[in-house]
Amino acid sequence: MIRIAWLVLKKDLTVEVRSLEIAYTTLFFAVSCVLFFAFALVKEGKPPEDGAAGILWIAIAFAGTLGLGRTFERERQSETLRALLMAPADRPAIYVGKLLGIIALLLAAEVLLVPLVGFLFQAPFQLHPFWLAAVLVSGTIGFAAVGTLFSAMLVRARSRDVLLPVLLYPITVPVIIAGVRATAELLKADGEMALVRFWVALLLALDVVFVTLALWTFEPLMTD
Amino acid sequence: MVKRTETRRGAVLSVLLAVFIGISVSAQQPQPQPQPQPAPPAATDEFVPISQLPPQDQLPAAPLLISAYAFVWVALFGYLLSVGRRLTKVQGEVQRLESDIAKGTRT
Amino acid sequence: MPLAGLNAVMFAAAPFIIARADYEATMGLVQKIFYYHMPSASMFLLSAVICGIASARFLFGGSPRQDRLAHAAAELAVLFGAITLVTGPLWARKAWGVWWAWDVRLTSSLMGWMVAWAYLLVRKYGGPGSDKLAAGLALFGMANVPFVYISVNYWRTIHPKTSVVPTLPADMGTALWFSFVCFLLLFILLLRLRVHLEEQRARLDALYLALDE
Repeated sequence: MIRIAWLVLKKDLTVEVRSLEIAYTTLFFAVSCVLFFAFALVKEGKPPEDGAAGILWIAIAFAGTLGLGRTFERERQSETLRALLMAPADRPAIYVGKLLGIIALLLAAEVLLVPLVGFLFQAPFQLHPFWLAAVLVSGTIGFAAVGTLFSAMLVRARSRDVLLPVLLYPITVPVIIAGVRATAELLKADGEMALVRFWVALLLALDVVFVTLALWTFEPLMTD
Repeated sequence: MVKRTETRRGAVLSVLLAVFIGISVSAQQPQPQPQPQPAPPAATDEFVPISQLPPQDQLPAAPLLISAYAFVWVALFGYLLSVGRRLTKVQGEVQRLESDIAKGTRT
Repeated sequence: MPLAGLNAVMFAAAPFIIARADYEATMGLVQKIFYYHMPSASMFLLSAVICGIASARFLFGGSPRQDRLAHAAAELAVLFGAITLVTGPLWARKAWGVWWAWDVRLTSSLMGWMVAWAYLLVRKYGGPGSDKLAAGLALFGMANVPFVYISVNYWRTIHPKTSVVPTLPADMGTALWFSFVCFLLLFILLLRLRVHLEEQRARLDALYLALDE
């Protein structure tokens, strides 16, 4: 199972590295998102209170949605998903492979976004790097778990571009809320670490629930 | 036969809802007079009588209550009508198709 | 048909609502919204659960009956969710002074309602295969339901806790449970009616298919 997941991931990375199309466009979109927020919300050089955490996570969510759409659009065009599903491979393993690819993309975006948001909104992201990483990784896994499942499901559907956010955002609201609350707490000078630990625990619980549900339903959802 | 059951069911439910409306309207009671009191226990743990609230929190409740009930009725009625409408449309088509098949005239 | 019997039960139950309204003299008038708000909320959560279970059975068993049930339940979830989300703020305006608060209970309920809407949108605009898509969504939506229920007990929220209902005084308790049963019966009736509509649609599709042969 792990071998197959790894093979799928390697395939995606190889294809991506050749053109870096999705990586560049998604990262650029994420950056423009943040800039939009900066222009809209910064008044007289002062950013809104606690705005940085929210803006960071919104940028991650939007960039993630875009990246998900692009990744599976590419699959759709060459009918590679169909080919993958016809291969004698464990279906959940395919899901895991794609999930890891999306997580890698989002983490790359976050590596870029965190310093950018910190710089534009004067947010001290460097205060608790370990916990920040924990929050970002667990939140990304939760978001990507649901996103990968839904995008794969939508590959053959009509109006798939519009339907992905429609399906994805309500379900990932708990992930976003937990992520924003935890990040906001981490950015405070006197942040309560117990609270951050609580939010991270919630995020991890959500991750487990979402990944389990996704693994369980991937096979019946992808079969005709 | 099926259609008669639908309309009968719909009619009974409509009468039911009309009775509900009549009852709620007639059951409106005047607001009890407020008296200034010390702070009440948290409303999240138990319900507290309104006479224990300070006077500045008094809002006329009747419009809110009536709108709430009105919305419930309108929503339920509206939904019933919507389902009824869709049902008659589909059933009409089913009957049309079935008679067409029976007559063997459809191209 | 058993439905006619259920109808009669509800009809007979209606006059007792007069008795119910009498007992609320101790609380403010606006608290009476509770007798519609809480059962609606329960029906909303019940619809979400039924939709989730039916979706799971459809996904793993392929039964079209379960699919029809899931679709009907999702529509009822939108209906009762809307009732809850409107009666709640109307009550809150007087009880809390604000129309809305972003506490856990309200936020997660709103989110669950949006999932129900998303289900209907997918069924309508998703094209072929949308039944499975929506079923997958419904499963995730169902996972939200226990969270909505227990959220008030574990977070600091402005919404009353679940401890309120078991500790209601007898007259209010009777009124509430009576109202609850009324809503439950209404829910069952509406569900059966809506499933009937889906069955008729399926029959229509089958007829069209038979014609094409």
